[in-house]
Amino acid sequence: MSGVNAETVATSPEAVAQHLAASRYLADDSLATAIFLAIRLGKPLLLEGAPGVGKTEAAKAIAELLGRDLVRLQCYEGIDAAHALYEWNYQRQLLAIRHAGEHEIDIYDDRFLIARPLLQVLRAPEQRVLLVDEIDRSDHEFEALLLEFLSDFQISIPERGTIRAAAQPIVILTSNRTRELAEALRRRCVYHWIGYPDAEREAAIIMLRAGDVAEATARAVAAAVQTIRARPLAKPPGIAEAVEWANAATILEKGGSPWPEAFRRAIGVLIKDEEDLSYIAPELGRIVDEALV
Amino acid sequence: MPRAAAPLLGFGRLLRRYGFAIAPEQISSFMQAVTLLGPRSMADIREAALATLAPPPDRRDEFEAHFQSHFYGNTSAVVEGDADEETRIKDNGGADDQRIEAEHSQEGGELSSALEQLSTRDFLRDDDRLTAFRRKLSTALPARRSFRTVRTHSRGKLDLRRSLREIVSADGDVPSPLLRRRQTVPRKLLLLIDVSGSMKLHTADYLKLAHAAVQGADRAEIFTFGTRLTRITTALRIRDRSQALARAAAQVDDWDGGTRMGPTLLAFLSVPRFSSFARGAAIVILSDALERGDHVELEMAMRRLSARAFRLSLATPLAGDPRFRPVTAALRAILPALDDLVDGSSLAGLTDFILSLARPAPAAATIWKRVS
Repeated sequence: MSGVNAETVATSPEAVAQHLAASRYLADDSLATAIFLAIRLGKPLLLEGAPGVGKTEAAKAIAELLGRDLVRLQCYEGIDAAHALYEWNYQRQLLAIRHAGEHEIDIYDDRFLIARPLLQVLRAPEQRVLLVDEIDRSDHEFEALLLEFLSDFQISIPERGTIRAAAQPIVILTSNRTRELAEALRRRCVYHWIGYPDAEREAAIIMLRAGDVAEATARAVAAAVQTIRARPLAKPPGIAEAVEWANAATILEKGGSPWPEAFRRAIGVLIKDEEDLSYIAPELGRIVDEALV
Repeated sequence: MPRAAAPLLGFGRLLRRYGFAIAPEQISSFMQAVTLLGPRSMADIREAALATLAPPPDRRDEFEAHFQSHFYGNTSAVVEGDADEETRIKDNGGADDQRIEAEHSQEGGELSSALEQLSTRDFLRDDDRLTAFRRKLSTALPARRSFRTVRTHSRGKLDLRRSLREIVSADGDVPSPLLRRRQTVPRKLLLLIDVSGSMKLHTADYLKLAHAAVQGADRAEIFTFGTRLTRITTALRIRDRSQALARAAAQVDDWDGGTRMGPTLLAFLSVPRFSSFARGAAIVILSDALERGDHVELEMAMRRLSARAFRLSLATPLAGDPRFRPVTAALRAILPALDDLVDGSSLAGLTDFILSLARPAPAAATIWKRVS
């Protein structure tokens, strides 16, 4: 993928918002400002927020607007250097030692080095967009491991020395706040908290993302989803679920179900927790009726 | 330094004074960001401050208030729509609470004098007990296998990375296989403390216990609930107990009020950060579970907590009375979801119980069926 110069795209927060909209991602002023600052200051961008508010989508949209490849590192408990940075190919090293016999052999040669996402990004000749997804799922040790990378865009391999980025990558970290992140990590990043959008913006997102949903339907879905999110649910619906709900209701409506009924029947794509469903069921009819007004 | 930079530097200093961790590089990023944005309006300065100084979401409203007071001279401003709303829920039945509070205030003198006597007499012994509790806690909590691995001498998988280093340094000779095994880590401990009027006699002790738990356990989270839900873990991380308790006390707004146990626990579950903490944790609820009104929400909240938790326990001071039986409608409804229903009337009992969480025990419903 051949990209454009990041600084020519990020001339102002408004320009960033416009480019993102062209990549079918609607960012509010704050998010556009944070992305603009992250690109221009050359710092990683840390996006926090509830699940389903579009953090990962934002990273994809940034990669698209810059025309860069996106390298994604999904974090999980127990992730370590061997999964994120690099690993030696031990089997090949052993074989090489056996074959070498009496000859000298450098077992820390490039051909034995398996580059994991962070090293791939550093060695890429072109600027890449790196997404470190759900950093809150990893352990504190892994967070500490990332600090060198995030502040200087370099990693140290004991056997090889320090490897610096050929082209400084654009790094986006996301977190669902399942735990607090270390201050050291937060202060290296440009920070933005993504909340749920207001009804108007959510309706616009639904219009943009869903297939052939009428504007009135998108508005009704956005209004109903706002009301449903205000309830104490185990899994409040995200934006993607709202889009799916609008799509599913439209399909059912075209199949012959009248409006309120189509919404009610499609509720399974919005709420995916059985207890939440039974909690919201008695109120659902009223919520949908009010949203359709 | 340009004169225009002085207010920006001053804002950083102000935040530091109020306990925000602001690094020097963040201040320079803040100034760079303001320059990059123009700035065309005060909104740009605010956005730059939020992006570069990165206030924790819990303290976002405090940050906004400082911003307003520093740049606008408005000392009473608090901006709406902050992320802090996720940690607290407001009581809709305010009228009922006032009535309950009024009832309690009539007997307040008697209650508080009783509390004073108790705590003076038991203070030193309690202190020793809590110190011992803190020391034992990290090893006493139930454990699980982590996905991280540690070096081991027996029963593990071959550690190729280390073995290869050994092979190279010993010229191809491996004296013994080098192994790794999945690490064992203590489970999380989650304490939910009822601070409503009916628990007034016990909340001071519970907070001391919570402080010892946060100090002793690797991962402990403490919430208080009454009519609101408040996370006080950060306050309790301060090592000095009196300072920590004073800070926690200042965070809780609903001391000695009514209880809305069901809705507050549901609010807890609806915040992903909190409910994910409950997953696989040992959860101890310190409450008398005297829910007013309908208990349907309490029952649902308990079922959900129980589904997430490794072990869900309710410690009620009412069980200190030998005549206690779980006969109220709310207790009967939640009993099947509980792993333990135990006496929470004394610190000694509670500390012993928490230290015994790793030991298996019959379900609460079985025990209480046998008793009654």
